[in-house]
Formats: sequence, structure tokens, C-alpha cells
Amino acid sequence: MSELIQVQNVSKSYWRDSFEIPVLNNLSLSVKQGEFMALMGPSGSGKTTLLNLIAGIDKPSSGKVFVSGTEISNLGESSLAKWRANNIGFIFQFYNLIPVLTAFENVELPLLLTKLSKEERKKHVENVLNIVGLGNHMQHYPKQLSGGQEQRVAIARAVVTDPVLLVADEPTGDLDRNSATEILTLLERLNKEFNKTIVMVTHDPHAAERASVVRHLEKGDLVGA
Amino acid sequence: MKVFKLIFKNALRHKLRTFLTILGIMIAVIAFGVLRTVVTIWDSSVDAASANRLITRQSVSFIFPLPYAYKEKIKSVPGVQDVSFANWFGGVYKDKNNFFARLAVDAETIFDVMPEFLITPEELEAFKKERNSCVIGADIAKQYNIKLGDVMTLEGDIYPGRWDFIVRGIYRPQNKNTDDTQMLFHWQYVDERMKIESPARTGLVGWYIVEIKDPNKSAAISNQIDALFKNSSAETKTETEKAFTQGFVAASSAIITAMNLMSFVIIGIIMLVLANTMVMAARERTREYAVFKTLGFSTFHLTGLILGESLLISILGGGIGIALTYPIVAGFEQAMPKGFFPFFYIEPITTIMALSAAILIGIIAAVFPIHRTLKTKIVEGFRFVG
Repeated sequence: MSELIQVQNVSKSYWRDSFEIPVLNNLSLSVKQGEFMALMGPSGSGKTTLLNLIAGIDKPSSGKVFVSGTEISNLGESSLAKWRANNIGFIFQFYNLIPVLTAFENVELPLLLTKLSKEERKKHVENVLNIVGLGNHMQHYPKQLSGGQEQRVAIARAVVTDPVLLVADEPTGDLDRNSATEILTLLERLNKEFNKTIVMVTHDPHAAERASVVRHLEKGDLVGA
Repeated sequence: MKVFKLIFKNALRHKLRTFLTILGIMIAVIAFGVLRTVVTIWDSSVDAASANRLITRQSVSFIFPLPYAYKEKIKSVPGVQDVSFANWFGGVYKDKNNFFARLAVDAETIFDVMPEFLITPEELEAFKKERNSCVIGADIAKQYNIKLGDVMTLEGDIYPGRWDFIVRGIYRPQNKNTDDTQMLFHWQYVDERMKIESPARTGLVGWYIVEIKDPNKSAAISNQIDALFKNSSAETKTETEKAFTQGFVAASSAIITAMNLMSFVIIGIIMLVLANTMVMAARERTREYAVFKTLGFSTFHLTGLILGESLLISILGGGIGIALTYPIVAGFEQAMPKGFFPFFYIEPITTIMALSAAILIGIIAAVFPIHRTLKTKIVEGFRFVG
């Protein structure tokens, strides 16, 4: 399998007032095409920061990040926004659905940035909502759905543009055990059946068990590699 | 799903807040419209003044009369085309709240120098022939349901006693700025009666209306007229009709200035109200905008979402406000003493200004939330706790 993601000597620091807070220290990592990687580690270890750098929603202080051969760490904001729209699917811990939009409309959102016709968009949205098992809930608003269902809508939104990479930040962190299991099964299916590369941040060892590769972070460094 | 649908849904997210904001904009636009209408109507009397007419009045004050004998002297000044005169009569028609101008005029010449008062030759002839007749504006005829041949009785105050006038003419306004709320009758009729009742007050007119051939020579002609009566017991001051009217308006200039200022202060206040609404909305949606950015929505899209919502609220409020201004102005006119304003209508410029103000409010109110949303980094947006 070829490498989809290459993180090369990346460091990242944040500034709080005049204090520099290092989060990642000269970290290198690679993720292969079709891999399902779990990133584990205690709070503050830099898991989410690393995920954000891989997803192109944050930039490293130093080092390089390549995804599908594109160096995303030196793209401008506008190019990065287009790149994200075409290449990345996001799954958040708190789903982050737009409350005034139905499940259908939430999933349709990323497609509004494409040149697909209304009919084509409808076909895509119905298809992915059926895959995540919400074909009968398309016109429901987020508040009319359970947590697990909301997360499935969020997953549908993440995959509707058929991105090469799915990034998930604690996707089961806000769910009960049964819902969490459903979500993990769905992610596993997307990885195996649809060959999606997934990088998932989690605290949960049960969630990590579903991944094909597990990496641990501590204080900004990968450990046990 | 269209982006406009999302804008609409966002605007209705807090229905009560949006409703109150729209209500506020609506009330502000109505207040702006009514105030601007009063101001523009006030000013339009100045705009309606003819460029080729001068007014000659007593130099000390408009309230002091001038001798009737000045008429021929003024007429002899080179450049003067025609001369007429008028005198403020006052009096009460039926009720003291029935306010309209009642003027004793030179029946022979008044319609020559006031061509914007349109009257048929037959009615004008009938008016000239009959000393105790009058001509009234079409608006007066309509307001009081007066027809030709009816008798209008005035209770005199400046000129005491009961005064009966037979309506022989109804003049129409040449355009909407022409005052059609005047009652004109024979100065000679009033003067003859004064010879009997108060001889000291005869042979006096209020002001002369001087028609000139070339408006560019108004200053020179004015000087020549005033020079004729220099060092007399009744010195004159001659000025263009516009300047003369401005003198009237100037007496109320403080009120007009205050009204002008108020109309813009109202717009400023409502701008802050909408800006506050938009800032709150954008703050509440910080995480959502981070999601939009994450999904690949650009600066252009986010600007469109926020600006669209702001404009939707402001134009909705402004539009309803403008629509309601018309019946409210009509009601305002009804509530005022009849004839207080010769004409009272919403100028197109007032509507344009109100709509422009609503759009401007929408744009300005969106500036800060757009700036804040665009400068917030995605990771900061996700960390935000509202």
C-alpha cells in the first residue's frame, strides 16, 4: 500500500499571552492508503492538533504535511479550503450539524460547493443516507434525532463527496455504548468496504480495537512506534 | 437546498429576536419617512417658487403694509413685466382649525403673475366682474365640498366683521408642488369696505408680486425698486420669491434642523440594534461557521451568509416600514388642522432614502460579524464556548 499521508518533522506550538506552549515536537508519521489508524493518548498529548494538521484546518509551526502527494502545510487559506472540500471528510465528537437544516440538507451542504445538479446531489445524498441507515430520517432535523443518528448524519456528510481521507475526532466520545458500537461498525465498513483511509482520535480502547493501526502520543511525541 | 434558504432559516432561528429587530427597523423607517416628508414638504414650498418673480415688501417687516400707490412706480422699472399684489386677510372659515391662506389680491393681475394657478377663462372673467367673488384652490373645494356659486362666509379678525364671498372660480394646480389651498378675493372689495369702517387702513397692500422678464437681472431690478422708495416712510425690500419663501421657512429652521437631525439619529440607533442582533447571531454560530470553513466554504460564502441575513432583516423591516409610511402619512395629514400644509405627500426621494438607509443599515450591521467570523481560525471556532 502506498503512503497517503506523510507528516515530516512537524512541530506545533500555541501562544498563550507571551508564553509558548509546545504541543508537537518534531513529529513524523505516515499513514498508508486504506489504513484505519487510531491515535491514542492522554489529554493534551497533541492528538487533535495532529489530526487538525493532517486535515488542513491548522498549520504546523515547522515541518511538512503531505496528503496524496500535495504539501498542504504551505497552501494558502483559499487553496486549503478548496483542498479540504475535495479531499477530506470530517467527523466531530459533537457532530456539529447545522440545527436549522434537515438531515438531507446537512449532508447536501458539501455538495453545494460542487458543480453537481440538484438531481445529482439528491441521488448522492439519498445514497449515503441509505448507507448509514438513515434513509427514513432524511427530513428530520438534528434535534429530532438521537446522538447516534446525528453522528451517522455527520458521517454521511463526511463521505458524500467521496473524499480520499476521513478524519474523526473522538467520534464516539459523546455516545452511549450501543451507539458507539454502531458508529465504529460503520467506520469499519467504510474502511473495508469502501476503502476509505481513516485517521481517528480516541480515548476509548474499545474504539481503538477497530483500527488496523494504533499509534500513541505523549507530550507531543509518538511513543512505542 | 439553496443558500438563500439557509439565510432565511438562519434569520428565523430566533423568531422573537428577528421579529423585534424587524419591528424596530420598521418603526425607524416610518419615523424617518414621516420626518423627511415634513422636511421635504417644508422645503418644497421654496423649490416651488418661480425664478422670474420678485417680492417687494416693507423693509422692516413683512407684517407692515405698503402703499397701493407703489404699484405703478414698480411697474415703471425697466425689466419689470407685470406687477400684482396681495394682502393677508386672516379670518376664520367656519372653524378656527380650518387653516388655509385667505388673501385679498389684485383680481386683474394675480392670475397673470401666478400662471401655475390654472383657471378657465370663463371663471376668471366671472371673478373679475364681481367685486364680492372669490376663487379657491381645488383642494379647498374638495375638502369643504364647495361648488361654484356657493357663498363662503369668513369671520374677520384682522379685518373685523362678517365677509361673504361668492365662489366664481376654482383653480387647479399646475403641478404637485403648486399650492391649491388658497382663497383669493378682491382687494378692492376689502379696501372699499375699510374706507367706511376704518379709513386709516385703506390704500395699503401686504406685498407686491413683481414679474420680471429676465431672472438673471433679479438683483439689479430689486435694487432699482428699493431705490425708488429710499428714505420714504415705507422703504421696501425686494427679493426673489425663493428668498422671500426661505425667509418664512427660516423662521422654523431650528425645528426643521432638529427634525432632519432626528431622522438620521433614528437611522443610526436602529443600525446599532441590527448590528447587535447580527453580532449576537454570529457569536452564537461561531462553531457552525468553523464547520462551514472546514467543509470548504470560502470567505465569499461566509460573507454572503452573514450579509444576506443582515440585508434580509433590514430590507424586510425597511420594506414593511415604507409600505406603512404611506397610510401613516395620509393619517397624519388627516390629523393635522386642514390646510396646515398646502400639500402633504411622500416624495419619491424620501422613499429612495428610506430604502437606501435600510440597505445601508443591513450592510454596515454585517461588517463587524463578518470581520469577526473571517478572522476566527477554524480551531479557535471549534474551541469557542458561547
